[in-house]
Amino acid sequence: MAETVGAAPRFEMRGVRKAFGATVALDGVDFAVHSGEVCALVGQNGAGKSTLMGILAGALKPDAGVMRVEGAPYAPRHPLDARKAGVAMIHQELSLAPHLTVMENIVLGVEPTRRGVIQRDRMRETAAAALTELGHPDISPDTVVGDLSPAGQQLVEIARALASGCRVLVLDEPTSSLSHGDVRTLFDLIGRLERQGHAIVYISHFIEEVKEVSDRYVVLRDGRNVGEGVTAQTRAEDIVGLMVGRALGDLYPRSDRTAGDAILEVEALVPGSATFTLHRGEVLGIAGLLGAGRTRLLRTIFGLEPVKSGRITIAAYSGPATPQARWRQGMGMLSEDRNGEGLARTLSIADNMTMTRLESLGPAFAVLPTRQDAAAARWIDRLAIRCSGPRQAVAQLSGGNQQKVAFARLLHHDVDVLVLDEPTRGIDVSSKAQIYKLIDELVSATSDAGLKGPRYDSTVVGRPFQGRQKAVLLVSSYFPELLGVCDRIAVMSRGRLGPARPASEWTEHALLMEASGARAAS
Amino acid sequence: MKARRFLDESGVLIGLVVVALIFGALVGPQFFRAANLELMARQTVIVAAAALGMTMIIVSGGIDLSVGSIVSLSTVVVALLLKTHGPALAAFGAVAAGAACGAVNGLLITQLRVVPFIVTLGTMLLVRGAAKGLADERRIEAPITWLNDLLRTARDGRGWLLPTGIWITVALAIVVALMLRYTRFGRHLFAIGSNERTARLCGVRINHTKFAVYTLGGALAGLAGVMEFSKLSVGDPTVAVGLELDVIAAVIIGGGSLLGGKGSVLGTLAGAAIMVVIQVGCSQQGLPNWVQQIVTGTIIIGAVALDRWRQKST
Repeated sequence: MAETVGAAPRFEMRGVRKAFGATVALDGVDFAVHSGEVCALVGQNGAGKSTLMGILAGALKPDAGVMRVEGAPYAPRHPLDARKAGVAMIHQELSLAPHLTVMENIVLGVEPTRRGVIQRDRMRETAAAALTELGHPDISPDTVVGDLSPAGQQLVEIARALASGCRVLVLDEPTSSLSHGDVRTLFDLIGRLERQGHAIVYISHFIEEVKEVSDRYVVLRDGRNVGEGVTAQTRAEDIVGLMVGRALGDLYPRSDRTAGDAILEVEALVPGSATFTLHRGEVLGIAGLLGAGRTRLLRTIFGLEPVKSGRITIAAYSGPATPQARWRQGMGMLSEDRNGEGLARTLSIADNMTMTRLESLGPAFAVLPTRQDAAAARWIDRLAIRCSGPRQAVAQLSGGNQQKVAFARLLHHDVDVLVLDEPTRGIDVSSKAQIYKLIDELVSATSDAGLKGPRYDSTVVGRPFQGRQKAVLLVSSYFPELLGVCDRIAVMSRGRLGPARPASEWTEHALLMEASGARAAS
Repeated sequence: MKARRFLDESGVLIGLVVVALIFGALVGPQFFRAANLELMARQTVIVAAAALGMTMIIVSGGIDLSVGSIVSLSTVVVALLLKTHGPALAAFGAVAAGAACGAVNGLLITQLRVVPFIVTLGTMLLVRGAAKGLADERRIEAPITWLNDLLRTARDGRGWLLPTGIWITVALAIVVALMLRYTRFGRHLFAIGSNERTARLCGVRINHTKFAVYTLGGALAGLAGVMEFSKLSVGDPTVAVGLELDVIAAVIIGGGSLLGGKGSVLGTLAGAAIMVVIQVGCSQQGLPNWVQQIVTGTIIIGAVALDRWRQKST
């Protein structure tokens, strides 16, 4: 640990501010890292970490504030600028060319040439030197990158940053795709770089890692600095306390709910090691950090990924699962990846809303556009979706309105079990509030608990909330939301789902401790 | 909004009218005589029939390069069957052979998970080879039947106003257009083409739908082959080389997108007609073949660029 008092920091930012429309993502953030130091940047999802990283990397422009690299002003206009100024980012998603060799990747963009011809010898030397500096001369410069393990690829990416003469190395959730042993190796490597005098920014929400790898920490919450200190002198709980520190608002309506019949039973399901029961009239939350395996669990339940072992029973149905069977059984899923999977962006609102249930919109095989539009118009009205009409392409809507279209698909289908994966990711506060209200209405609708088994009545279109209580399975990385909306919450950590407990028994602090593995660290 | 949508859907029709007017002005009023219009319609039919299937395939985000080969196989099958059977059965056999080729495409694409471009590039050669093998690398003479009259001019009393082959294609065009717009199958094709992962999430049976669309595409190419036979009056395994490119061009000029999720029957027919108008217009104006090719090439690129530009300005 270098003595840093008095010395100018290798990198610093002062009063950085960034707003997206009315949402203030960063509100005057200060941050500095010195040479020979690992500084951890921690915060919950939505605290502003990714915006900060975007600004550092030149992908976003700050509204106010200054940044300096070794005292010189730093204002990157695009990612290449950042790279030239010596700020290198290692993202969760690596940015290597998988078909090229290790050395080709390391010198990519700065290939040594003589009169336009690439000098392979010098290329190899540069690559070998960088790899040796990292303590991994065992990786051959001639290996094709795609053949390396994720850990090896990450190493190549770091080597590339070093070879291009970086002054600040930013690691964004670097352990998310690594096995336990590889994490060990990475930490050794970080220690080595630190001793060589590199300045390292380590972004993570795994408190145990932060405790182990960093010298100092800086905590962000709601786009502001809320605390910093020397890691070795701080307890894990205190860092978590800084990350959380907020009371629940009235954002989350909650009418009287009474849990009804069990409608979804999951027994010893792998992947996910999950066992739980979901009842009508109940919202069951699954908490966890990104990469904990929550999405995979939901996708497996919905039939999008194969069941390795275990049993899923939806009311009376069990046996093999496919998405079409799930819709028929009365289960619908909202994808976390709205653009990549949730919506067909070039198609109309009406097409997107009614896609799962076209058979109710005309005789035999026919689909009558007028009835499609009428069904969609109802939901546009009911969910207050801002658009020019049912025939507008989804791509032209704002994020919040797109999400409401995706949600309306489940309502149009009138599913009994709603599987929601990050339903409020990246949408504005008013749309969020609407979705919370909707979830509450769905589970607390007038009960008609005499009937058993999911209903699939193809003649009823667009009639929500009048039937029986729905059941909701909700995944979120945003803990206040889970505590506000759910009746019971289970925590998923490192691919395993824990037992579900009443939401009243959880606190944000406890959820974060459980999810980040801090309980094990302290 | 209404005006814009009208423009979006009719843009290619306007293009067709403009191209026709230009050649009308160059060639003179005889360009628009009934006989000349019928001639152009007859020339459009083969590409148009095959392009109906291609429209569906491109809407679903796929492509079929084996169309030309299927057309030649179909002419061979008709000629061979005519030697022993009646014309109706021969035509049916040719369409069935086309459908079988399409089914093979569909199976390979869905089961091997190889992209359609590669699969149909392979079957393009496979089917061409099969046609040559079946015909013993020769043209096959066949007895004259009413099949030979499908595309013969209606001006000497055959057919009603227009040759029967044109009526068949028009009827099928209406069926395909209705299918794309008003059936579950059609909406599923758009969904798969727009975002296959969304379609999967929504429980669309992707493999079934893709298999069906390639089979249908093959059958329509088989029908185009029957028309080709009608024009040639022999089975020829070397005919229609490169036809698939004309067919794809018709769909693209008509507003289809190779990325999927876009395309319409009306647009495709107009696209096919534009190419024929250029071809006929150039030859009647006495312009050499190379001018015609340069004009057609320009139109293809221009149509897509215009489309891009229009979308950007929205």
